Amino acid sequence: MDFTSLIDNLGSHTVDGLTKGAIYALVALGYTLVYGVLRLINFAHSEVFMVGTWTVFGVYAVFNATAASGVGTVILATSVALIAATLASAGTALAVERIAYRPLRKKNAPPLIFLITAIGCSLVLVELFGHVFRQFFGPPFGRALVSIPTLIDTKVLFTVGGVSITNIQLIVIFGAVLMMVLLDLFVNYSRLGRGVRAVAQDPDTAALMGVNQDRVIMLVFVLGGAMAGVAAMLYTLRYDITKFDIGFLIGVKAFTAAVLGGIGNLRGALVGGLLLGVVEVYSSTLFSSNWEDVTAFVVLIAVLMFRPTGILGESLGKARA
Amino acid sequence: MLLQLEDVVLTYGKIEALHGLSLEVAEGEVVALIGANGAGKTSTMRAISGIRGLSSGRIVFDGVDITKRRADQRMRKGLCLVPEGRGVFPGMSVRENLDMGAYTRRDKAAVAKDFERVFDLFPRLSERRKQTAGTLSGGEQQMLAIGRALMSRPKLLLLDEPSMGLAPMLIQQIFTIIAEIAHQGTTILVVEQNAQQALSRADRAYVLETGQIVKTGPGQELLKDPSIREAYLGVA
Ligand SMILES: Nc1ncnc2c1ncn2[C@@H]1O[C@H](COP(=O)(O)OP(=O)(O)OP(=O)(O)O)[C@@H](O)[C@H]1O
Ligand SMILES: [Mg+2]
Repeated sequence: MDFTSLIDNLGSHTVDGLTKGAIYALVALGYTLVYGVLRLINFAHSEVFMVGTWTVFGVYAVFNATAASGVGTVILATSVALIAATLASAGTALAVERIAYRPLRKKNAPPLIFLITAIGCSLVLVELFGHVFRQFFGPPFGRALVSIPTLIDTKVLFTVGGVSITNIQLIVIFGAVLMMVLLDLFVNYSRLGRGVRAVAQDPDTAALMGVNQDRVIMLVFVLGGAMAGVAAMLYTLRYDITKFDIGFLIGVKAFTAAVLGGIGNLRGALVGGLLLGVVEVYSSTLFSSNWEDVTAFVVLIAVLMFRPTGILGESLGKARA
Repeated sequence: MLLQLEDVVLTYGKIEALHGLSLEVAEGEVVALIGANGAGKTSTMRAISGIRGLSSGRIVFDGVDITKRRADQRMRKGLCLVPEGRGVFPGMSVRENLDMGAYTRRDKAAVAKDFERVFDLFPRLSERRKQTAGTLSGGEQQMLAIGRALMSRPKLLLLDEPSMGLAPMLIQQIFTIIAEIAHQGTTILVVEQNAQQALSRADRAYVLETGQIVKTGPGQELLKDPSIREAYLGVA
């Protein structure tokens, strides 16, 4: 137990945690959106994130962008990577919905079938990058860790109250919060967003009001996927790596964050994600980094014991039976 | 005919709820559908609105065969159901629920006018615009559900037991409003347990028994029919 280290650097550990948590929160939105509308845990969402990180890697390779590249190349490569990762992740999420889930819905498959299918999709995508692509294209596909060039060096931007904030931390937190605010505005104040909430609250009545359910479902997968794509971009800026199974642990954590905040609740994803990130960093300082995952789940169980619907409860599908 | 059902069969798994039901509604009419619990009234409404597909039979609306259309497509053609138990969106405000009624409409100016019309019909909703629908009283929710349907400017308004669970005073009020909506030119098909009210106000009525139409005629005529008086009006 290293209390002094935690207390002495509480500010910087907190910022560290918030950076980590912001990424969890962005990924958590995908789980929460899909769950709110379909009552389905989309286990393939972790791979939607994974595809985003590989896309960033691919774009950097195309632009020949490395740590040594000039400012122009860096700006171009990161901008294109952000857009490409967003599109690739959204596209992957949409493909999973169209190829796997929609046919099951049309056949009125029971929930367990959806669950198995979701896990299946996740495995297919993991093995695509971990095995199939390697057979066709060779490395860097495969099971090894892949490093992504550091285009933006970590620099301390400013110091407040003894806490130094780096450029990367600022980009990650600001980017994630911006995306969440935009999504929140869209869902709560636009016509299409109202359609999403209507389907979440009462799908039959939503149809009676002229809402095309399939379109709302597609929209929700695309939105969640896009958020995971942005998360992937931010993640690669922060950690400079990808791997065929990189989605697994982040997916589990993001899902935990969603449940922690109240699954189906967009703002809950933010609260859950940030809280989880901070708790993890605190605990790895207090004990050791081996404890970080354990602590995350202890917190989850503790919160659910007192608030079974999560910190903020459900909101998208409020009062749905 | 605005609406025609021909030999409609509707099933839930192995249970057949409607066994070849046929009925018609002409433009401008107020038609009532009465029947005991479990007779298949809600099932008929589900069939017409498209919430549930048919096993066989045909539904024609406004000259178009809509049998294979989805519920949202039927709604866009001018058919709007106020479902049994109201079905307001509990997490949305009164205003947002009404917005949902106008979900498919692009004519902003006309929508704004219809808001005024709905608030004229239901002043109580006007006072509660910002209130969450889930916290409204049962009667207010019923008003909201009807108001929301009106926001879509339906050619045919389907009402499934609008008086359910309401106090007698409020039932009177709801029926007066329905008459007013009809007077303003909307065709109405209304399902009711409250046969007295429904029959006395409807142009025509159908009597449904275990998934089949057993009687039809002008409302006033059925009101005098001894077998109906006995079965549905509690008069021997
Ligand atoms: N979702 C369902 N699954 C299985 N059976 C159903 C379902 N809905 C209705 N039924 C059955 O179909 C028959 C007709 O039901 P329906 O709801 O249409 O009756 P109703 O006339 O509306 O009755 P009420 O006056 O009680 O509302 C009943 O026997 C009912 O048990
Ligand atoms: Mg009924």
